[in-house]
Amino acid sequence: MNIEWYVVLSSLLFAIGATGILIRRSPIVILLCLELMLNAGNLALVAFSRMVGNQEGQVFALIVMVVAACEVVVGLGLIVAIFRRKLPLDVDELRELRG
Amino acid sequence: MSATSWTWLVLLFPLAGSILISLGFRSIPARVAGVIGTGAIALAFACAVAALVNLLGQEPDARHHASSLWDYASAAGLDIKLGIYVDQLSAFMMLVVTGVSTLIHLYSFGYMRSDEGYHRFFSYLNFFVFSMLLLVLAGNFVLLTVGWAFVGFASYALISFWYRRTTATEAGMKAFVINVVGDIGLVLAAFLIFREIGSFDYGTVFAKAPEVFQSGEWTVTAICLLLLVGAFAKSAQIPFHTWLPDAMEGPTPVSSLIHAATMVTAGVYLIARTHVLFYLAPTAADIAAFGGLATLLVAGTIALAQTDLKRVIAYSTMSQIGYMIMGVSIGAYSAGLFHLMTHAFFKALLFMAAGSIISAMANRQDIDRMSGFWKAMRFTSLMLLVGGLALAAFPLTSGFFSKDSILAYAEARGGMYAWMAIGGYVGALLTALYTFRLIFRVLPGRPCEEAQHLIDSGELYHGPPINPATEEEEDTDVGFPGAHHHIAEQSWPMAVAMALLGFGALFAGLIQVPGVDNVLFGFLEPAFLDSPLAEIHPSVGAEWRGLAIGAAISLIGIFAAWVLWVSRPQLPALFRERLRPVYLLCLNKWYFDEAIDFLVVRPALAIGRFANSTFERIVVDGLITGTEDTVGGAGRLVRVVQSGFVRSYALLLLAGFAGLALYFLIVSS
Repeated sequence: MNIEWYVVLSSLLFAIGATGILIRRSPIVILLCLELMLNAGNLALVAFSRMVGNQEGQVFALIVMVVAACEVVVGLGLIVAIFRRKLPLDVDELRELRG
Repeated sequence: MSATSWTWLVLLFPLAGSILISLGFRSIPARVAGVIGTGAIALAFACAVAALVNLLGQEPDARHHASSLWDYASAAGLDIKLGIYVDQLSAFMMLVVTGVSTLIHLYSFGYMRSDEGYHRFFSYLNFFVFSMLLLVLAGNFVLLTVGWAFVGFASYALISFWYRRTTATEAGMKAFVINVVGDIGLVLAAFLIFREIGSFDYGTVFAKAPEVFQSGEWTVTAICLLLLVGAFAKSAQIPFHTWLPDAMEGPTPVSSLIHAATMVTAGVYLIARTHVLFYLAPTAADIAAFGGLATLLVAGTIALAQTDLKRVIAYSTMSQIGYMIMGVSIGAYSAGLFHLMTHAFFKALLFMAAGSIISAMANRQDIDRMSGFWKAMRFTSLMLLVGGLALAAFPLTSGFFSKDSILAYAEARGGMYAWMAIGGYVGALLTALYTFRLIFRVLPGRPCEEAQHLIDSGELYHGPPINPATEEEEDTDVGFPGAHHHIAEQSWPMAVAMALLGFGALFAGLIQVPGVDNVLFGFLEPAFLDSPLAEIHPSVGAEWRGLAIGAAISLIGIFAAWVLWVSRPQLPALFRERLRPVYLLCLNKWYFDEAIDFLVVRPALAIGRFANSTFERIVVDGLITGTEDTVGGAGRLVRVVQSGFVRSYALLLLAGFAGLALYFLIVSS
């Protein structure tokens, strides 16, 4: 299969994720969309790796997965903390950190 | 034990006494503190005598020893030791300081008895003696500066001893500030000496100085002038003298010990110690001599117009130190030191007698109110008379021989210095006049109210406690003079101290009678052999001629005082009327306070105010506010972006990366 297909799919996934982050307000969905973007990146990495013929891209993909896992842990932890304190699960409401 | 070991002990006892009393003041009873304080100084005196005996057992040329306990700094050509230098000069000073201090401690033991700060007083007094001994025993210029500054602090602490009296604290600050000016002079002189000679050590400096410096070279003149700033500030010579009369705010034993007998003579000691340098800088030595001469005349005239008992004696102290400064500056080293010793005796005695009278007056010091104390307090009056006779150089008293030995030397050196001797004789006339003005107003006549009370009831007059300087009523709580006063007639320690000093004031001059004996000069002179000026000796005939002139002047002065203040009391008022400008000049202390205020204090304040109002506000504040505004403005600009909307951050991030990607695309294609 041609490399273009992979890249197009990856770009689509990335765009969907980015759009989700921009338009959705629930932190859980935003976290999901972030995962989507990361995996779009992974897909591109793996595809290019196969095209070039070495393993470096795949190693990168593995590292991204580890980072993604960590990020999910932190994100979910934040969400649980927000929930425990009975704050609204809405990123637009949680804006005390404005300058 | 060697002389230096004894000398270390002399330093140790007062320091130990001071520390012991100040640390143990809660548990040591007041009387015990007094005993410890007095005993420490008495032991120091005993050790000083032992050191002297040890020195006397050696050849006159070998009577100088240096000893050091440890090195402060020894690197890069710098060699500063905690070292002392014992020679005839420092042994002499050590004896005078510890001897007079012992008696004054004994006097304070009775005089300060009812004061709430009894421990504090003895702790300070012991600390002062330690500092003064450090000053005279130091073996290098660094340790000298340490002692010099310690003495300044002790003086400050003791002038402000009654710390709730505003006048006293202000006087203390004034003394401290002027003394610090002197300290700066001394420190700068030490720096210059180190730059030129490369050592702080007395032995090295004085041995090398004649090789390093040409006579009259500007560096050695500068060194000597800077030393003079220190000496004049400490010894209250014009124009640094204004602190001394104000220092009379302190307790009377303090005036007696620090501001008459010991500390104020530190300048004389300094000039005598550095006589090698002064010999190489004749200009500086002449300036010093003229300073001394000016002070002895000016202070003499001021003393004629003052009415505060202690201030009159303070001006007389300035005047007498003027003689000493003049003496050691023109080369009469031994004579200057001789006068230092006799002055310590009779001036300490005068202050003690004055303290006793002030006690009887319930702390009032105005001589206009005093009269008839001869009938009320016979012993004190006798002591005042003895001190006054010695001060006025009455024939055969101690002051008679010491003052005239300075003037005889000046005459023997000839030229300009002979004129200085004439100035000195004029000063002697003034001295006799103001001394006996004091005595004739205080002792004879009908007893004043306070004296009458003492005669009638045998008890001291008790008025409401007042500040003698301002006549304001005050407390007798801690920080003020105590509620009760003590006079020599009712307190044996005071009487013993005064009697011993009185003996010294009368007979101490007999150790150095021209043509008869040569005890003191014979001892001191080997220390000054390196200055050719010390080889000038007035002939015995010239000395006796000088003594005869001195005796005549003294008797004329006393007689004139008797005419003016006893037989024709209307005359002084007439003089005041006729010579009003002169009287006002003397009454207002030649306007020195005002002149210094105008020339130094006001400009300094004006510069300060300018710096505060203009420089500080515009330049310093401008710099700070400018920086703050720049940073703050930038912050406000960037703040807008920090909206708190996570999604807008995400949008910005995406847009940024998109922009970057676009940029690289364009660049790469």
